[in-house]
Amino acid sequence: MDKEQHCPDLLSELADFMDGTATIEVCAEIEKHMAECPDCRVMVDTLEKTIYLYRNREERFELPSGFRERLFTSLHLEDYLKD
Amino acid sequence: MKQEETFSIDALRSGDREAFAAMVDEYSPKLYRLALRMLGDPQEAEDVLQDSLLKAYHAIDKFEGRSKVGTWLYRITSNEALMRLRKKQPALVSVDEPIQLDKGDMVPRQLEDWCCLPEDEFMTAEAMVQLDQAMEELSPALKAAFILRDLQGLSTEEAAETLEISESALKTRLSRARLQLRESLSIYFGDRVKEFMHG
Repeated sequence: MDKEQHCPDLLSELADFMDGTATIEVCAEIEKHMAECPDCRVMVDTLEKTIYLYRNREERFELPSGFRERLFTSLHLEDYLKD
Repeated sequence: MKQEETFSIDALRSGDREAFAAMVDEYSPKLYRLALRMLGDPQEAEDVLQDSLLKAYHAIDKFEGRSKVGTWLYRITSNEALMRLRKKQPALVSVDEPIQLDKGDMVPRQLEDWCCLPEDEFMTAEAMVQLDQAMEELSPALKAAFILRDLQGLSTEEAAETLEISESALKTRLSRARLQLRESLSIYFGDRVKEFMHG
């Protein structure tokens, strides 16, 4: 596989492919290429894993202790803190 | 992004404090996370959040309703965070990024397959530091695109509107951000794979 030519062209479509907004033709082309190109397969797998790791960490994120109280006080919204 | 607000825009415009409090409750966790990921410092993120919400409160009469309140708040907060970054590192902070992807950006250099590592390996404190460092190395423009689109879940249209760029520019920044993060993490996790395989 010609990495200097074909792979970069393919990779430029990756954002749409990964976000599910690529056309059926583009998806088919990328799937076909990945079946033949182990490097691109690894690249896409690790790219998806990268995004997953960041999203997973974000889902487990907790606000710091006293966040709401500090914010409401700084904005002079103390009267609405009880909610 | 949530479609219906728990407060009235008209009430906000008339200076209703209860509506403002409801807006703060609804959006402050998301805006805080945006500021924290942009700046990497919890105290600074709280300061930016406070300044952004105050700015929004004082400018609410200028909110024209063409965009959603959330998009407007994200825009104010990301601008505040970018201003802070510029003050700290004026030479390093460029808001602009090339519109087109360079071929050099697109050619992956790290091709170790690290997806096979046990899940525990991705959850260690050291791995979390690697995630932070990789994010820290992104330019503010790339970071903002990645956070809004991939972490906050805004649509391409919403993220582009927030950053006041075209959708194609947003997609380019998003791709560059994702690829750069992948390269950074591949160095660390690739080494972990080698350590695993050799003992």
